[in-house]
Amino acid sequence: MTDTLLRLNDLTMRFGGLTAVNALSFEAKRGDITAVIGPNGAGKTTAFNCITGFYKPSAGSVTIAHAPGRELLLNKLPGHSIAKKGRVARTFQNIRLFGGMTVLENLMVAQHNELQAATGFGVLAILGIGRYRAAEAAAIERAKHWLNETNLIDRADDPAASLPYGAQRRLEIARAMCTDPVLLCLDEPAAGLNPRESIALNELLLKIRAGGCSLLLIEHDMGVVMKISDHIIVLDHGKKIADGTPIEIRNDPTVIAAYLGEGDEDDPDAPIAESFADSTVVPMEDAS
Amino acid sequence: MKELTHNLKDAAAVAFVAFLLFGPFLGLQLGDSPQGNLTLSPRPALLAIAVGLTFIARLLMLFWHDARGRAKPKLKVAAAMQKSGKFIAPALLVFAVLLPILPGIDNSYIDLGVLIMTYVMLGWGLNIVVGLAGLLDLGYVAFYAVGAYSFALLSENYGLSFWECLPICGLLAAAWGIFLGFPVLRLRGDYLAIVTLAFGEIIRLVITNWVALTGGPNGIDDIPHPTLFGLSFSMAGGPGTFAGFFNITPSPWQRDAYLYYIILFLALMTNWVTLRLRKQPLGRAWEALREDEIACRSLGINLRNTKLTAFAIGAMFGGFAGCFFSTREGFISPDSFTFIESATVLAIVVLGGAGSQLGIVLAAMVMIGVPELLQSLQIYRMLIFGIALVTIMVVRPRGFISTRRPTVSLGKPKIIAAELVAEGRG
Repeated sequence: MTDTLLRLNDLTMRFGGLTAVNALSFEAKRGDITAVIGPNGAGKTTAFNCITGFYKPSAGSVTIAHAPGRELLLNKLPGHSIAKKGRVARTFQNIRLFGGMTVLENLMVAQHNELQAATGFGVLAILGIGRYRAAEAAAIERAKHWLNETNLIDRADDPAASLPYGAQRRLEIARAMCTDPVLLCLDEPAAGLNPRESIALNELLLKIRAGGCSLLLIEHDMGVVMKISDHIIVLDHGKKIADGTPIEIRNDPTVIAAYLGEGDEDDPDAPIAESFADSTVVPMEDAS
Repeated sequence: MKELTHNLKDAAAVAFVAFLLFGPFLGLQLGDSPQGNLTLSPRPALLAIAVGLTFIARLLMLFWHDARGRAKPKLKVAAAMQKSGKFIAPALLVFAVLLPILPGIDNSYIDLGVLIMTYVMLGWGLNIVVGLAGLLDLGYVAFYAVGAYSFALLSENYGLSFWECLPICGLLAAAWGIFLGFPVLRLRGDYLAIVTLAFGEIIRLVITNWVALTGGPNGIDDIPHPTLFGLSFSMAGGPGTFAGFFNITPSPWQRDAYLYYIILFLALMTNWVTLRLRKQPLGRAWEALREDEIACRSLGINLRNTKLTAFAIGAMFGGFAGCFFSTREGFISPDSFTFIESATVLAIVVLGGAGSQLGIVLAAMVMIGVPELLQSLQIYRMLIFGIALVTIMVVRPRGFISTRRPTVSLGKPKIIAAELVAEGRG
């Protein structure tokens, strides 16, 4: 059974005279991996920032339903409550880790709200009484779980900034998962990964979905998108131009036109469109 | 060889700049001729010495930089520092506890100890705001003033004693921390620094001009000294005094030592609370805030509350220190709470290595102790002090102890190099 988890209703975001997202409506189903694709400047990241509360949309609404019928308006929540009450976690296109803190600390910060509730306004925990110790032990266990899932357990005590790029990407996902979200939003998770890392990422994302968390991702790497998405939404110039399963999207003439047409020669996304036709969807370069 | 020519060229260029700068100041001297006219006489020797010294100093610095660039003992040195830190901290603690009863320590040293300890406490308090949360606060003296005036006014008007007022002063200062924190929540970096600086000045100006309440520039005097369970430290002796109760001869040492132990206790309490908080979600959220504010928000951390608690707790310790300051001095006026105090405390935090508790102790000893101990050098005192500070910042640009210890670890905790730790952008 699938039902709607996230619904965007005529979402519009204007920056002065520029309309980055124009009356965008779509639905993401519970338990699905929904991908948002589109050429550069199509408004993907802007839409993402509206969903995760970093921008206040100029018009329209974003709704999340933790259970069928129990809906919550995300665009009315203050920024930090999106993660806390809305249970929507996100990662960033340019990785944003706490570089000077260890991998484990990064994951502990992600569980801040739960842990803070156990400290008795900080006073009890300073005096060493109350249930903080147990809460911290539980938080470390959860962190360990995600470190195992992301294959980072050996680096737990290293500063996050010292990790290689691919590991930093995985850590960011682990950190987002530690907030216990119902929807994980990933902004280009495969950017800069080599093919092997890309495949590992696919497995990780599928594992997260199997764990009951739905995913929404922006991605340029069609290898990732076509392989694991259940549903794809295509944006161009702030508008939705297509919406459907990977097979439908691959054969949609408007999508192919958006990627190949309109004379945008130096569009770095152009070659990607070729992988629509190519069903083997292996990324072009072999970085390793 | 190539290095040598490069270094020589560089040093020559610097010497030329020095020549231009020193030329008018040192190279020429105005004087009076016997006829009463102004004369201008050259002083080539002095100018040559100044330029020559600059040349040599620059050359030595370049060679030293080259040598340092070749050897990369960064983390090794840090690890050694950390290891020795394990011994330095307890050794300093034992020394601090025993200071008043050590032989050869007279009252002037105890006084100096009290002064240094006050700044250590202020440094530790500000460290919460600047070092952990990464919020640059240039108006910390405001909370010091709030604490000092709270005690002075409460004792003057309601006859409350030091120990009754101490928590009230802390609470009032914390309240002001929140009150002043609200408007600056959205400000970062330079803007935050400027606004906090202004708040520090506003508090001082209000104190100066609200004559009816604070006595204005005349200040408040006759602030009572602290008592030990009701026993005063009066020199007169007799019943009701410390000396009278224990049947010993009263001496100024007793009062000074008592003051010293009060501030030692307050400072250690500050340290203990900070160390405990650091290992808690709140402390980790502060550090995360320093590292990346946007990521914090995406993880559901309430930035407003986190920043305000940092301001409030930092201000509270400033309030405690202010309360102590007014009871020690017995007299306070707005002159004690000028911007230079904020700057000194901030310098202690930065010099010590923002975030490091031990570093702040060392920095306070350098910043406060060295000028006092150099009193005998008179006019050269501040020159030597300035050179010392510049040297320290050249050698250790991130402060004495700039490495970071993780707050939680699965295995043996590893020290984090300063290069990876963010300084915070306010």
